Amino acid sequence: MAQKPDIEDFSGDKYKYGFTTDIETESAPKGLNEDIIRLISKKKNEPEWLLEKRLKAYKHWLTMVEPTWAKLAYEKVNYQDLFYYAAPKQKVKPQSLDDVDPELLKTYDKLGIPLKEQEVLSGVAVDAVFDSVSVATTYRAKLKEQGIIFCSISEAVKEHPDLVQKYLGSVVPYTDNFFACLNSAVFTDGSFVYIPKGVKCPMELSTYFRINAQNTGQFERTLIVADEKSYVSYLEGCTAPQRDENQLHAAIVEIVVLKDAEVKYSTVQNWYPGDKFGKGGVYNFVTKRAACRGDNAKVSWTQVETGSAVTWKYPSCVLQGDNSSGEFYSVAITNNFQQADTGTKMIHLGKNTSSRIISKGISAGHSNQTYRGLVKVAKGASNARNYSQCDSLLIGQTCGSHTVPYIENENRTAVLEHEATTSKISEEQLFYCRQRGLTEEQAVGLIVNGFCKEVMQKLPMEFAIEAAKLINISLEGSVG
Amino acid sequence: MSGNKRMTNKPILEIKNLYAKAGEKEIIKNFNLSINEGEVHAIMGPNGAGKSTLSHVLTGKPGYEVTSGEVFFNGKDLLSLKTEDRANEGLFLIMQYPIEIEGVSFMTFLKYALNAKRQYNGEPELDTMGFMKLVRTEAEKLGISQEMLKRAVNVGFSGGEKKRMETLQMALLKPAVSILDEADSGLDIDALKVVSQGINSLLDGKRSLLIITHHQDLLEYIEPDFVHVFSDGHIIKTGDKTLALELEAKGYTSFIKEAAC
Repeated sequence: MAQKPDIEDFSGDKYKYGFTTDIETESAPKGLNEDIIRLISKKKNEPEWLLEKRLKAYKHWLTMVEPTWAKLAYEKVNYQDLFYYAAPKQKVKPQSLDDVDPELLKTYDKLGIPLKEQEVLSGVAVDAVFDSVSVATTYRAKLKEQGIIFCSISEAVKEHPDLVQKYLGSVVPYTDNFFACLNSAVFTDGSFVYIPKGVKCPMELSTYFRINAQNTGQFERTLIVADEKSYVSYLEGCTAPQRDENQLHAAIVEIVVLKDAEVKYSTVQNWYPGDKFGKGGVYNFVTKRAACRGDNAKVSWTQVETGSAVTWKYPSCVLQGDNSSGEFYSVAITNNFQQADTGTKMIHLGKNTSSRIISKGISAGHSNQTYRGLVKVAKGASNARNYSQCDSLLIGQTCGSHTVPYIENENRTAVLEHEATTSKISEEQLFYCRQRGLTEEQAVGLIVNGFCKEVMQKLPMEFAIEAAKLINISLEGSVG
Repeated sequence: MSGNKRMTNKPILEIKNLYAKAGEKEIIKNFNLSINEGEVHAIMGPNGAGKSTLSHVLTGKPGYEVTSGEVFFNGKDLLSLKTEDRANEGLFLIMQYPIEIEGVSFMTFLKYALNAKRQYNGEPELDTMGFMKLVRTEAEKLGISQEMLKRAVNVGFSGGEKKRMETLQMALLKPAVSILDEADSGLDIDALKVVSQGINSLLDGKRSLLIITHHQDLLEYIEPDFVHVFSDGHIIKTGDKTLALELEAKGYTSFIKEAAC
């Protein structure tokens, strides 16, 4: 096979967000106990009710065991060897962007997220979360004119306690699972969004998460409430420095969608995936769930997952309202030694509810990927409809791909469809592209982007371009 | 004869004493052929003789090994170039079975291909407007609709449509040498006509064409300047287009036997 390209020619180490920011941080001592939780709560000046919620969750967490049902193999996390609170030191709480440490602003610039409002393109409002703390939220005043609340969850606890108390933990209760329970005890910051009745949010809202400090778990918490007849499109992005040890990320995203409202949630997840030998990388254990509480409510998850060493994530839709609908569009790419066990849950409770699942998994290198999805139709959910399509694309001989669909149906009027395919990028396809002048990497990028097209089209424009580039970078060195 | 008047006697593709293996099996043995600018050559031989191997070895398809010999393309050592560089130098293969790529529109594919070549030649990328105009003009000449350009690469195309799109790529990329590999593709007569017309319209007396076929049908539509009979890994006889007819009349077996005597 003289013509066969040498896979070693390509370097697989192209994570361009791997830098660290040299900034003074203030952290709580390592380890987890009631005192640490009290300390976090005190640092954040929290009301008593929230501290009680935290302590309750912590006590429950002590009774729980880490789940092992996922097809993931990783070194167990020593939860006592982590910092649970790290915050960039700021003398006073910044009142505007001018007060934010220039080092931090520089960091976000480097990440391609300029926080200076005049530099922000196409009107995307950003909440930037650095380690455990929200450092800046842009366009707040403009949004406020329409009654839209977009701020950090810490601020929301103080300024909108009624909303937070009503909805926090109402979609993902602290008893939900091991990681969600841990988050409920120690979450430090995240974003809060409230869209009032009848308001269509005039710009994309976005949160940008960044883990910087070493040995620090990031536990952010996002709560989005879309009141009746409202609409919002929300984007989430994340990166972390390149470090040899694993970093823990255990987040919760809760979305409440009321009658006739619609929420679109898009994620481009690019946590550091570890090096090409599988050293380092983020452990990403995330619970994301949306509840369509009212009739005709709509929610749509779109995710492009290229990062993390280990991913455990199942963005779900609870379709309570009649005629409500949920969508899940996912592209997951794993390369080198990455592992991902990801999928969705569609829980049909209301009548005439519909859901759609389009999952595209691309595995390369020595990576392993599992699609795990549940479609559940309750007794009362007459005329429920689901369409699921799970396609896997394998690159090379050493990766793995698995599809585990669960269906629980208690209503005979339900119509559920499931399609699954597994394919490979063939030598013939590569040769065809190369015969037309494309390099092998260009060819792989083109074929993979074609494979993901259905999902990529669901992303907001500026995100889609970024995501397409990210896919190409993630697959560098994958061709054999 | 197609373009015969303007042939220049300037060699563009020279294959010298070429030996090549597919896996362990030696298929190309002491193969020699020289093609000048503007010439149309046809290689004929029975099914399974390894004619397609020749096109794959020349274009650098993985899975073949050249054990000895030399190939010069426009004076450059072709065999030392990567597959994509051979293409960008101007070697084009009109495939027997063009490959499908789901989710990638022909427009996108053509843009990648054209820009790859421009990049190789140190030219700036085409802007979208210029690119669209160029593709539409060429597509119209070949009777290709806008709708076909929007569809995914070769997905759901008929054999004839696929070949038409290959011709469009040839028109856009302007290769110096095209290889038309029709060893056993079994195109129907109508499709054959369409492709031949398309290719004929692109032969301007400077571009060269190497046809690989086992059947003389195709040669009724694209007239060759030279016909070569391929057997046991190399050319055993060369003649003009009448050789194809002789071959057709006698059949390969007896022809090859006679030639061996």
